[in-house]
Amino acid sequence: MAHVTLIGNLRQFTGGVTELEVTAGNVHQLFQRLGEKYPALLPHLETGSAVAIDGQIYQDALLQEIGPDSDVHILPQIAGG
Amino acid sequence: MAKHHITATVNGDPVEFLCEPQETLLDALRDQLNLTGTKEGCSTGDCGACSVTVNDRLVCSCLMLAVEADGKSINTIEGMAQGDELHPLQQKFLEHAALQCGICTPGFLVAAKALLDRKPDPSEIEVRYWLAGNLCRCTGYDKIVRAVLDAAQQMRGA
Amino acid sequence: MQEKVKDGQSSPFQVVGTRPVRPDGADKVTGRAKFGADLALPGQLVGKVLRSPHPHARIRSIDASAALALPGVKAVVTRDDFLEQSSEFIPAGEMMINYRDVVRNVMAREKVLYEGHAVAAVAATSAVIAKEALRLIKVDYEVLPHVIDVVEAMRPDAPVLHEDMRTAGLEPAPTTASNVAKQLEIGHGDIAAGFKEADVVIERAFTTKPVHQGYIEPHACVASVSEDGQADVWVSTQGHWVVRAHCARLLGWDIGKVRVTAAEIGGGFGGKTVVYLEPIALALSKKARRPVKMVMTREEVFKASGPTSGAHVRVKIGAKQDGRIVAAEAELKYQAGAFAGSPVQPGAMCAYAPYDIANVKVVGYDVVTNRPKVAAYRAPGGPISEFAVESVIDEIAGKIGIDPIELRLKNAAKQGTKAAYGPKFGPIGMVETLEAAKSHAHWRSPLGKHQGRGVASGFWFNIGGETSVSLGLNEDGTLSLTAGTPDIGGLRASLCMMAAEELGVPLDKIRVQIGDTGQLGYNFLTGGSRSTFSSGMATVEAARDVMKEACRRAAKLWELPDDAVEYSNGGVRPAGPNAGKHAPMSLKEIAGIAGKTGGPIVGYARINAAGAAPSLATHIADVEVDPETGKVSVIRYTAIQDAGRAIHPSYVEGQYQGGVAQGIGWALNEEYIYGDDGKLQNPGFLDYRVPVASDLPMIDTVIVEVPNPRHPYGVRGVGETPIVPPMAAIANAVANATGVRFTDLPMSPPRVLKALDEARAKGTAKV
Repeated sequence: MAHVTLIGNLRQFTGGVTELEVTAGNVHQLFQRLGEKYPALLPHLETGSAVAIDGQIYQDALLQEIGPDSDVHILPQIAGG
Repeated sequence: MAKHHITATVNGDPVEFLCEPQETLLDALRDQLNLTGTKEGCSTGDCGACSVTVNDRLVCSCLMLAVEADGKSINTIEGMAQGDELHPLQQKFLEHAALQCGICTPGFLVAAKALLDRKPDPSEIEVRYWLAGNLCRCTGYDKIVRAVLDAAQQMRGA
Repeated sequence: MQEKVKDGQSSPFQVVGTRPVRPDGADKVTGRAKFGADLALPGQLVGKVLRSPHPHARIRSIDASAALALPGVKAVVTRDDFLEQSSEFIPAGEMMINYRDVVRNVMAREKVLYEGHAVAAVAATSAVIAKEALRLIKVDYEVLPHVIDVVEAMRPDAPVLHEDMRTAGLEPAPTTASNVAKQLEIGHGDIAAGFKEADVVIERAFTTKPVHQGYIEPHACVASVSEDGQADVWVSTQGHWVVRAHCARLLGWDIGKVRVTAAEIGGGFGGKTVVYLEPIALALSKKARRPVKMVMTREEVFKASGPTSGAHVRVKIGAKQDGRIVAAEAELKYQAGAFAGSPVQPGAMCAYAPYDIANVKVVGYDVVTNRPKVAAYRAPGGPISEFAVESVIDEIAGKIGIDPIELRLKNAAKQGTKAAYGPKFGPIGMVETLEAAKSHAHWRSPLGKHQGRGVASGFWFNIGGETSVSLGLNEDGTLSLTAGTPDIGGLRASLCMMAAEELGVPLDKIRVQIGDTGQLGYNFLTGGSRSTFSSGMATVEAARDVMKEACRRAAKLWELPDDAVEYSNGGVRPAGPNAGKHAPMSLKEIAGIAGKTGGPIVGYARINAAGAAPSLATHIADVEVDPETGKVSVIRYTAIQDAGRAIHPSYVEGQYQGGVAQGIGWALNEEYIYGDDGKLQNPGFLDYRVPVASDLPMIDTVIVEVPNPRHPYGVRGVGETPIVPPMAAIANAVANATGVRFTDLPMSPPRVLKALDEARAKGTAKV
């Protein structure tokens, strides 16, 4: 199972939970699973979140694969100037 | 209000154009003569992007009225290269990567040429103070100053 | 002096790492290159914007009838010409924009929220007539009290900008309106426990003022809408696909009907990642049935584009006597301007990012004020928070009695470190830049009277993103490369070099252009230090696509399997057991027969570039403080930063030097000065004082290369990190020179003098 950590304000949509284990083959599935458990979280995942998988940050990458033991962080999306 | 008829020399060529009394030389160069190499950055003479020479004097063209150009000889960035041979300043700017976005570059080249026409062997400090009226936001001026000093050296045949 | 630090290997590359003249260079030094204001279309009208004189007011009514009746006026637009937008966050640019706010910033709807806020616009046959028309537009304002200071705006009794704003991130959700759009928190560990362990704790409060990106080219565009609804926009922008999306959205048009061409851009630094004039120009052009050109004046740029936040920052750091930082806390209050969306989130995430700290907590507030809506500015949010952190780290070093570089080395983030914002780092160059600083001659050189030295480090994330590139092999073997990320400072040179490196062809056989939105798939904007990384990655992929197809064509002709032909030395040849069976064919020869062997050979890449990696930096600054005037002069500066791999070292150096210059301006002189009336007092370059050539020394650079394993050439974005360290490097140098710690920027002469006088009265000044 992938170990998922929610960074920042996302905890307010999970009742304070910031770390959990999730089975998901890619980012899209991860969002679906989290959304099933915490419906209020889903819109904030689909828009405005980046996902770090084993240290590598992905933005707008629904099909990015997640390994069975991946370390995943869900972060606010980063842009630049 | 009736327009004024202006006759001048620009980059060695005789030109004529019509302009309104409040138009600046910068406006006339860009809008009447389609010489858009000279840029407008501030219109208050603070940024130097509009630098041209008028009768060999370095001028902010945004601070000069177009009507004042009558009978004068104006040189802009478009007149700096000779045919397809770039002026040493232009060449050195490229070699030293002394430009990033390039918006300030025409103003710097005209201003630097005005310096070297007067003082072929300026020090770094003299180059920096002469060019203090030309703002650049991209380069931090380092490569610009190096390019000017290098061009000066080449032009001196040193 | 410019140096490079590598791992000692000789270069495996032919082209990458060299310094050729950029391909767009001749046009830039002769005035031929066309920037936003350089296009003129036949029949074009001049567009001008009517702007609010009040910092905060309700709009009761707008009557433009007299303006419309003026001879020469061909169109007028107001809020009614843009579609109302529901509140919806879109990741379509910097810092998560909300279209409901975007449409209001482009043109005020219910209220004007800052002096300079656009209220209406006209298109007329001349600038004189357009200005007269603006005077004839009658706007009935109900003036409201305003608030421009971030702390004032957070007070419960402050004038409220948006009656429906409820602070996001609070539990339970609040029910009353606030100017705090969002409250956020990041961190890990237990800072209370951490501070208990500390031998030394330093807590300081800092303030920074809003500053502007200061690009020399004002915003400019030409829009032309034809009778069948096809629209064209010529604009200097950091992202023309983003412009297209925003305009289509605000006007309710199909995206495909709008084509945007990126002009050369005269500086952006984040400030040209959003729209101001373009939707207005399009709306005017549609009504007038003629092209409309709009150019901002410098005053409009300052008042009505997007400066960055001013902020109040509190930092508290605890360390053990041996230098280990055991707890780090920060509270960031950033002002967003008139609408939500300051860069407080990235500011919070990168505040402590260069370090490996077990206990971190950063709280941030995004606060609206009656000022122009902030836009991105080079590493948005980072310079502010990292200024505060790097200043306190310097004080900690002084208190413990440890060299400031050593202190940073002891706590430096490395590969595998859990970042302050969560994930573990891949390879990063924090240690390498610190070691390079430590061994640099600058660090050891002697200082003179009234001089001081400061060091500071800095971090920025860098991004990848959607990128499309097309690489066509022409019939004569030359190549046409079309990319979609506007070139703001040398990108075309780097792309050309990467393509030449891959294909083994001379640089001058590749012509590179930035295509318009009709010519390529989507490209996210140039920003986030992404263009060399992302368009470079796409260019390499497209080049490999060409090479593969070239091999395939030869294989067919030679009756060999596809994988029995290899690309080498700018051509194709049989490989392995078939080597020597046929004479190699050059890419030129392949190009010559492409049409007859299946059709044109064009390499494409359409990717969401992933694998962007952070760039770390350490800067050393020497200053001299004039004890009589308070003037701080920067007398020596060295910028050391990890580029991963420098494709064209001159342009990498240029990014370092440019960011340093902006950071020095931010530290010493730049600020938005407002009166109590909420109006900007210095909207011009005379009084908004950016560094000029006589203010700065040569800026030495050292390019460190810790390659990014996720990029074919190891590239890391470099554009933003350089602006992060200078404010603290300078403040630390001034503290070193004077004995006075400055926590409020800018450190302009009157402020420095005042502080010196106070310190002299107390006997604590060194000058």
